Amino acid sequence: MGNRKIRMSRQDQIFHIVNNSILFLLMLVILYPLYFIVIASFSDPYAVGQGKVWLFPVGITFEGYEKVFSNSSIWSGYINSFIYMGLGTFINVCITVPAGYALSRKDMRGRKFVTLMMIFTMFFSGGVIPTFLLVQNLGIYDTIWAMVLPNAMNVMNVIICRTFFETTLPDNLLEAAFMDGCSDLRFFFRIALPLCKSVVMIMVLFYAVTHWNSYFDALIYLRDSSKYPLQIILRDILTSNEASALSGLNDDSQAKLQRVTELIKYSTIIFSNLPLLVLYPFIKKYFKKGVMIGAIKG
Amino acid sequence: MKTSQLCVLPVPKHKKLIRDLSKNYQLYLLLAPALIYLAIFKYGPLYGLQIAFKKYALSLGIGGSPWVGLQHFRTFFSSPQFSRVLVNTLALSFYELVVSFPLPIVLALMLNQLRSVRYKNYLENVFYIPHFISVVVLVGMLNTFTSVQGGLINNIVALFGGDRINFMGESSMFRNLYVFSGVWKNTGWNAIIFTAALSGIDPTLHEAAKVDGAGKLAQIWHIDIPGIMPTIMIMFVSAVGNVMSIGFEKAFLMQNYMNIGTSEIIATYVYKVGLQRAQYDYATAIGLFNNVVNLILLVTANTFSKKMTKTGLW
Repeated sequence: MGNRKIRMSRQDQIFHIVNNSILFLLMLVILYPLYFIVIASFSDPYAVGQGKVWLFPVGITFEGYEKVFSNSSIWSGYINSFIYMGLGTFINVCITVPAGYALSRKDMRGRKFVTLMMIFTMFFSGGVIPTFLLVQNLGIYDTIWAMVLPNAMNVMNVIICRTFFETTLPDNLLEAAFMDGCSDLRFFFRIALPLCKSVVMIMVLFYAVTHWNSYFDALIYLRDSSKYPLQIILRDILTSNEASALSGLNDDSQAKLQRVTELIKYSTIIFSNLPLLVLYPFIKKYFKKGVMIGAIKG
Repeated sequence: MKTSQLCVLPVPKHKKLIRDLSKNYQLYLLLAPALIYLAIFKYGPLYGLQIAFKKYALSLGIGGSPWVGLQHFRTFFSSPQFSRVLVNTLALSFYELVVSFPLPIVLALMLNQLRSVRYKNYLENVFYIPHFISVVVLVGMLNTFTSVQGGLINNIVALFGGDRINFMGESSMFRNLYVFSGVWKNTGWNAIIFTAALSGIDPTLHEAAKVDGAGKLAQIWHIDIPGIMPTIMIMFVSAVGNVMSIGFEKAFLMQNYMNIGTSEIIATYVYKVGLQRAQYDYATAIGLFNNVVNLILLVTANTFSKKMTKTGLW
């Protein structure tokens, strides 16, 4: 593009300077709290408490992480969350992707009606209590199934899949396959899916993050604390202001207790977000793609 | 449905239906799990909604419990909680709508003006990060940052000579904390849709405007914003449609006995009445009231949008 060389008006120069500066400041506003948690999790809690920690860790300590690693409920929450995420995502994808494909087929009778039925549920639902009673009546209350079945499908994700199949698979591909005697199921598994691997990937990631971060279902459908996922354990640690959030701290003085609790909070935040932080650089493009497909048809 | 136009011979309606269904029975197999899920977990609870008009007894079940008409609604409307939770819900959700709806649009417009594609991508990736932080961790961060002893925000306040404030314990601060932590978490992510819409604008429009001597601001105002207006309206209608379904999780997690005056919204109240005090029928009625208000807002916003810009959700 040669027009970048065109001299900008004074007004536009000012515009660019202001625009860039604001965006740079916003970047700091987003990043600094996250960075602060990282350095605070390694710092002497007294230094953090007195406001001496700003850019680098002060008085490096690993006490917070030691407490986190030696806490059995965090580990059991971690394992539970992984199980719910794995099973839940598997069920989600097995329901969502085939449904999205079926709805993308213009020759399927009832396609509009089913889509409408789905979209209706996005804006009107039975509500918390009727769903809760349903879960109880189905006999899945306080079981792993209560963690994966009530949200086994997200309508928005079905629509994303549908749009993806509609825009990726050309009509004549289907016609050609039918000429050769290919059935619908065979076409879906042998041709459509291999061509649309990335939408499967997008779905896996969307659902996996939702499961990992979900908190509400566990709050209302689980009673047995050995089944609690990580987010419930985190709530107890992060939002409790009582000092004895973690066991084994009782013999210390009250003030010290308070400080160490703060330290543990920082370490816990880092520890709980670790899987995502590690994977983020590799998966970010899929998320963006998913949202953009969803935007094509609101 | 369209293929039927190709048929030469008129076929009786019911036979056509059977033929269509059997021709594509494998597609219905693919759709079946989704339909079963919808029937059980999305439409099933609608059956349970009837207890909003009943005196629910566990032994009699949902269908067998006796009807009481609008009694639960009357109780709710005349209770002292009613005006408080309704005002709190509306104030919180409209505050959030007004603040957090325009910001992603502004951010997308600003990002769109960056000339370095690499810098733009880098910034976008940074702005997405908070979206992946769970609500529990977000509220945990709020708690630690606003802590009177050594919280980051209070340290900054103290650095400038201010008095340390217990933000989470102030009723008057609850809405600000709620809305602006949401802005921090979601603005970057919500900007994606508008960024996508902006990339669809014909670049020749900008070229022509430049030739005519339009500055950057004029271009944004006369080309970019009108160009993404349909997207803005659709997002606006769905945002209004979700006004009353404002997050239970975050309000509940941020709640404590000191800020309860502003933090008690309909969703948290339903949870307390229904699940903590087991008044299932009464809580269902409150939830239904919430849903109906929500639906009315959605329909109103959609009608308004269609009149104004000819775009809408349906």
